[in-house]
Amino acid sequence: MTNIPIKRVDLIFEKVLCKEIFEKIVNSSPEEVTQAIIDSGLKGRGGAGFPTGLKWQFAAREKSEDKYIVCNADEGEPGTFKDRQILDEVPEKVFCGMAIASKAVGAKKGYIYLRGEYKFLVPKLEQKMKEFHDFMKEIGHDFEVILRMGSGAYICGEESALFESIEGKRGEPRNKPPYPTTAGVFDKPTCINNVETLVYTVMILKYGATHFKDLGTKDSRGSKVFSVSGDTPKAGIYELELGMTVGEFVDEFGDGDTKSVQVGGAAGFCVPRKRFQDTIIGFEGVPTGGSMKLFNSSRSMYNVMHNYLDFFNEESCGQCTPCRVGCQQLLKGIEAVKRGEKSSKYLEELEKLASTMKVAAKCGLGQSVGNAFNSIVNNFREEIIY
Amino acid sequence: MVKLSINGLLVEVPEGTTILEAAKKLNFRIPTLCHHDDLCVAGNCRVCVVEQLGGKALIAACGAPVAEGMQILTNSIKVRTARKHVIELLLSEHNADCTKCYKNGQCELQLLANEFSVGDHIFLDLIHHKDYTIDRYSPSIQKDDSKCIRCQRCVRTCQELQGVNALTVAYKGENQKISTFFDHSMSEVICTNCGQCINRCPTGALVERTYLDEVWDAILDPEKHVVVQTAPAVRVGLGEDLGLNAGERVTGKMVAALKRLGFDSVLDTDFTADLTIMEEGTELLTRLKKALVDKDESVALPMTTSCSPGWIKFIEHTFPEYLPNVSTCKSPQQMFGALAKTYYTKVRELDPKKVVTVSIMPCTAKKYEADRPEMRSSGQKDVDFVLTTRELARMVRQAGIDFTEMKEDKYDSLMGESTGAAVIFGATGGVMEAALRTAYEIVTGREVPFENLNITPVRGFEGIRQATVKIEGCLDEWKFLEGVELKCAVAHGLTNAREIMQAVKDGKIDVHFIEVMACPGGCLGGGGQPIPTNQEIRQKRADAIYDEDMSLTLRKSHENPEVQEIYRDFLGEPNGHKSHELLHTHYKERERF
Repeated sequence: MTNIPIKRVDLIFEKVLCKEIFEKIVNSSPEEVTQAIIDSGLKGRGGAGFPTGLKWQFAAREKSEDKYIVCNADEGEPGTFKDRQILDEVPEKVFCGMAIASKAVGAKKGYIYLRGEYKFLVPKLEQKMKEFHDFMKEIGHDFEVILRMGSGAYICGEESALFESIEGKRGEPRNKPPYPTTAGVFDKPTCINNVETLVYTVMILKYGATHFKDLGTKDSRGSKVFSVSGDTPKAGIYELELGMTVGEFVDEFGDGDTKSVQVGGAAGFCVPRKRFQDTIIGFEGVPTGGSMKLFNSSRSMYNVMHNYLDFFNEESCGQCTPCRVGCQQLLKGIEAVKRGEKSSKYLEELEKLASTMKVAAKCGLGQSVGNAFNSIVNNFREEIIY
Repeated sequence: MVKLSINGLLVEVPEGTTILEAAKKLNFRIPTLCHHDDLCVAGNCRVCVVEQLGGKALIAACGAPVAEGMQILTNSIKVRTARKHVIELLLSEHNADCTKCYKNGQCELQLLANEFSVGDHIFLDLIHHKDYTIDRYSPSIQKDDSKCIRCQRCVRTCQELQGVNALTVAYKGENQKISTFFDHSMSEVICTNCGQCINRCPTGALVERTYLDEVWDAILDPEKHVVVQTAPAVRVGLGEDLGLNAGERVTGKMVAALKRLGFDSVLDTDFTADLTIMEEGTELLTRLKKALVDKDESVALPMTTSCSPGWIKFIEHTFPEYLPNVSTCKSPQQMFGALAKTYYTKVRELDPKKVVTVSIMPCTAKKYEADRPEMRSSGQKDVDFVLTTRELARMVRQAGIDFTEMKEDKYDSLMGESTGAAVIFGATGGVMEAALRTAYEIVTGREVPFENLNITPVRGFEGIRQATVKIEGCLDEWKFLEGVELKCAVAHGLTNAREIMQAVKDGKIDVHFIEVMACPGGCLGGGGQPIPTNQEIRQKRADAIYDEDMSLTLRKSHENPEVQEIYRDFLGEPNGHKSHELLHTHYKERERF
């Protein structure tokens, strides 16, 4: 047991004057704005962790009359609920982040793609959006935001499926390349960022890149908002400095009987107790879009696995073979092993299949099913079999 | 140019080339399923994944463009494992009752399974967990979801090539499937029965509704007199399914084979194609006269052709307000059926009730057309059974006929005579060309002013083509057309049909006559033609069609002696009373979904 306290941070929910922050940079060059983000080391907070500054730079370099900023607010990963809180508490900071991105990239239009289940946020967002548009006019920055609702499909959180959905089509991931910065929504250069990422850009411009960079580790700069759930007495949303180990996290949030933590939701990794101390939560260890689910010894990891696979089975768009059929095989496969219709050796075939899914599926969804599957089966094989 | 290496071999290809194409240049075939030359990239089956050295994930060769210095492996352990897994997964979800499958031996999944999946199956059988029913309600297309591998080729065909969108992806995850509006049967939706989806389905999920047994029963029934007609495009496609190369003309062999199969009379749809030209040409000239001389503003112009039943159903659904513009002529198939059970039976002194009419068509929509209530003017069903080119090939195989060795034979007489003008009905632009050859001559008394009668501006594969023919030196009775520039347009593939009709609606195109064929390339690319299809194959079939035209002595419909005879002995005159009774009809508006 270590006793290093986890460092709480208050950047995301800090009330700031967005107008002031934007006024400060409105006359800067796009390069200056982008450089500040590059210097901060900020990586995408949706889970994939692409360097935000680089993304902006790529989009900025594209020559096109029309470019788009898209805020990915389709928060659908099981166990994440932080974007909802951000949009509810500090929506003006999200709009401000989009305006900053538009400045950096040279976009005149933006979309917020809001998770269908977050419909209750719409009146508030529309009110804030009106104020935001007035401010944009007042300050003379040509940028307009449109709100688009999702309809409940997990896959629409995948960026290219999200674009398809915005375009009014069935939400199915596209082939890459081309990447969004070259051809995103309506095939125009598009910069897509998570809600939390956009808010961090606001804070980076307020306090400077160094302030952010000083937090966290070499590979995982800054802080991050975590959605903590499961067997914990302290479920909720916490903004913490990156760099802690799972062990430190469990010390703070566990119920004393934590046997594993699912980091990153259904698409993430299962960290068992024996690996708590040497696993860092971050891009050098287990990355997360924010979902932290704790399981204590009363939980059957078979049920956990079954639940995730059930979820993927339903939420795969069904387009590509590895994901559509692979998910069914994994689910039916562990059921068959549990019932004794297949020998425990069959789990090895399933692990190989999960590995194929990681490299052969078309998009991040199918590729990440193997993360949860292999990490749970590896560490809790006996619970799956018996 | 971009340099890269594939399996250690260097290759240089233009920028934008896919890895799949680059590998082909080096004679490496990368297996594919969802890929089709006619369609946009999907990248969803994942059979074509290859490894890029240094890359984490595998990449789909069909969609990934080459990049400078790339090092690609198409057969590494990583690739082989993934590919085998993908094929195994597809098989686990596939109703692999191959011996009973209509596509047995012609199934792309079966071929891949043969290459990669020999031995025990790795995964669980998923097919029996699902409740599949076969949609057999359409008279043209049979859809069996249990054989579907979700490659979405049909969806892309229906959307991109045909602009119909009858087929679409529905549901997600394990329930994802290819479906229709509200899961209705194919017979109840906007489907035009064109069958282009069948031509591109890699498995037996989409096949034609077959009537082989019914036809065999009729042939083998001594009481029945079975008459068969063959459409123009069949003679340039049939060989492909019987061991010959694309583009081989097999007219004589086909006729000989049909006789051996036991048909009582082997006749030609080309005969009624010529008749169509007489009827449709007269109709066009009549409409022009009404518009130009009588100044009758109610005349519906531009007039469109009506030979393609896919096009007819399309316009009924999507542009019903333009139905008056459609020529009232029935298609050659239906004219033939109506005459076979009236004129033919009268001359041959047969009881129409004992005559069975079969047609061999490059088309699946013809099956639907034959079932239409409008098509019973002989007092019963004019055309009893429609078989596709593929079904005929199957009959030939079933009968044990060695097709390649067949000696050529000639069509029987009475409705067996034809001209080159009728043959070219099988290619896009052909009806237009045939009509112009005849109409121009009727009006001016001279041949169309094109070398060898080849009206090249209306030929080719461009989606929409336009041509103008100036009419000069008219005969006295046609003086009102003197100096008129007859403006024509040709469209093939329903996406182009939609475009041209929209242009008509928006007043953006000013023409007198439009030929529309539902299928890409016209009938030679029809939904009943041998599989596979692609631009190269269609080009070869088109070349064969025009060669056949050039090889005939008679190349103008009005010169067909049997056509002249039928007007003299039976019909009277084009567009006359009897013609209207038997050869013309009207269509009706349908819902838009």
